[in-house]
Amino acid sequence: MQIILNNRPAHFEGEKITVNELIKRKNFTFKLLVTKINGKLVRVDERDNAWIMEGDKVEVMHLISGG
Amino acid sequence: MTETLIRNHLSHFEVAIAGCGGLGSNAAVALARSGIGKLLLVDFDRVELSNLNRQYFFYDQIGQYKAHALADNIRKIDRSIELKTIIVKLDETSVTQLFARVDLVIEAFDLAAEKQMLLETMLLNFPEKPLIMGNGMAGFGKFELIKQQQWDKQVYICGDFTNEISEDNPPLAPRVGIVANMQANLALELILKMRK
Repeated sequence: MQIILNNRPAHFEGEKITVNELIKRKNFTFKLLVTKINGKLVRVDERDNAWIMEGDKVEVMHLISGG
Repeated sequence: MTETLIRNHLSHFEVAIAGCGGLGSNAAVALARSGIGKLLLVDFDRVELSNLNRQYFFYDQIGQYKAHALADNIRKIDRSIELKTIIVKLDETSVTQLFARVDLVIEAFDLAAEKQMLLETMLLNFPEKPLIMGNGMAGFGKFELIKQQQWDKQVYICGDFTNEISEDNPPLAPRVGIVANMQANLALELILKMRK
């Protein structure tokens, strides 16, 4: 399936994928991530049940200590 | 827009500063100098010697609560600003209570986990209220990596999105100051478009 990940096209095997699976496959290693599907926040404890489908717009941002 | 018009507009608005360290103290001072009407200064911590390399405090303020010391410093710049100080470690409950009535929130925490807490709490409770975050500003140089990004309808991020603080990548005055002032600059831009 084809999705938009952080404003760029991305391709994944299969018809759907959870947010946690996407994080694993893309190797996002930062501990603190904020994720959204189609503009809607997906909290940490929702990431195993939040499904990403064909055409979805997904955003993953890592938060960095310092301030 | 003349400075008189800008100051007159800003005088009707209140900004919350979530964390009065490197980002928060410098952003608050920039907003104060610009003529913001009210500042809500929130921090649980006290001024330490090691903070003076980048935070808007002075040697004789070591040991004082940061929120109180920052309020004192702002009063030396402008006595007409209404200042509220709150000594608390912000969590979901206090964010929801304290930030309900402010017009805009500046995120100026140190730890990524706290940044995440504030972002998620604001998105869930106050999706219409502007939140300006700092994300990645340790080290020196690399000015070209620093940017401003709109991440949600009302969530804006300033920083390089990359440089985490560590022993070998400390937060230093110039880069922290750049991001703090970017946050204040964007706050002005957003508030000057608001109506009351």
